[in-house]
Amino acid sequence: MFELANPNRFQKFAKRILPWVAGIAVAAMGAGLVIGLFLAPPDYQQGESVRIMYVHVPSAWMALGIYTAIAVASGCFLIWKYPLADVLARAAAPIGAGFTLITLVTGSLWGKPTWGTWWVWDARLTSVLILFFLYLGYIALRNAFEDPTRSAKAAAVLALVGFVNVPIIKWSVDWWHTLHQPASVVRFDGPTIHASMLIPLLLMATGFAAFFTVLLLIRVRSALVARKIRALRLVQAGAGPHIDEA
Amino acid sequence: MDRIEAFLTMGGYGEFIWPAYAVAFAVLAALLAWSLRELRRNERTLRNLQPNGPDGRRE
Amino acid sequence: MTRKRRRLLFVLSGLIALGIAATLILTALEDNLVFFYSPSDLQIKAVQPTERIRVGGLVEEGSVKKNETGLEVTFRVTDLKHAITVHYRGPLPDLFREGQGIVAEGNLQTDGTFKASQVLAKHDENYMPPEVADALKRAGRWQEGKPE
Repeated sequence: MFELANPNRFQKFAKRILPWVAGIAVAAMGAGLVIGLFLAPPDYQQGESVRIMYVHVPSAWMALGIYTAIAVASGCFLIWKYPLADVLARAAAPIGAGFTLITLVTGSLWGKPTWGTWWVWDARLTSVLILFFLYLGYIALRNAFEDPTRSAKAAAVLALVGFVNVPIIKWSVDWWHTLHQPASVVRFDGPTIHASMLIPLLLMATGFAAFFTVLLLIRVRSALVARKIRALRLVQAGAGPHIDEA
Repeated sequence: MDRIEAFLTMGGYGEFIWPAYAVAFAVLAALLAWSLRELRRNERTLRNLQPNGPDGRRE
Repeated sequence: MTRKRRRLLFVLSGLIALGIAATLILTALEDNLVFFYSPSDLQIKAVQPTERIRVGGLVEEGSVKKNETGLEVTFRVTDLKHAITVHYRGPLPDLFREGQGIVAEGNLQTDGTFKASQVLAKHDENYMPPEVADALKRAGRWQEGKPE
């Protein structure tokens, strides 16, 4: 793990695993789509509309997981000053925002036929909307300062402060009466979802996680190239005396 | 034909299911396209900055 | 080393303080975070008829009565301890049925009934194919509307 904190080693490692992760993403999402749309049965209560679950729930898991990863990376960056932790956090943020957007839109499309409403201000839906704004705030903050180290620090603090929202989202359905139902898969007494529906759900979740990894590796690579460009430009602008420091 | 139609209407829920899948995969595709474009642009800029070619100058 | 230690302690204590603050605020806001009240909550709480509230619970078995036009419906919402009669006029969601969890939004009337302007269906955390649900019902292992 600490070996990978070196950007060059990370690049080599990323290049090696990228085709494998991409393969897993395509295979798992493909299988998840076929099983979720064709083979999985309708629900005894919701009928066919339950199929929205196969994109809604994995997206929600990714949205929460990516935010947690950003908070951990931000903590590592603030405490131990790992530069790669900061690069990872920044690269992950737009992907997390994307998954949160998918969660909100597909949830709304699921809520209309089942609950009878596109949106309600219950604790679960509201806290996920706050998560979306936290992602947007984080991305905006990263681009707000001229000085990249200052924006990195400010954004890391925001990511850590915003982390309180993550347990609130997870347990909002247990702590307060909400319109949203409690968890079906991640619960202490085991899933309350039939295997024929759990399989496409887990396949799609695997596919989304692998797709996230592909995006992350591409974006980290891009960020490291951008860093090299900045360093080179600094050298060329300063010329002569600064070359040794590059 | 009937089976295809039944599949598309999804027991009356097609108008909710298909947009949900469309939105999800459109967002993911957009993220991929944007990230790849950014990577290509940065790599091109780097190549232009390094006259000796991409491997001409290692850190 | 000591600087790293200090930063670690600073971040950790900051997170703990933040957690405590969030817990206190959420506890204080409890009432506003609750999306609906149960019929038992309404026994304790004093609610004015002018106040718009939401009542949630299960539709009592055999309590659903529609008028001749089918547009107006009366049913009882229960939390298995107390129940309240709800009058509603308008379209019902697909999942509305006896034994189903619902949330009704509207006003408490002076006669103790509830006049709803919107009825939302809640669904539980159980997902299964219809055949499995039927099999469970036949085997007598079915607990309609029981939360646990």
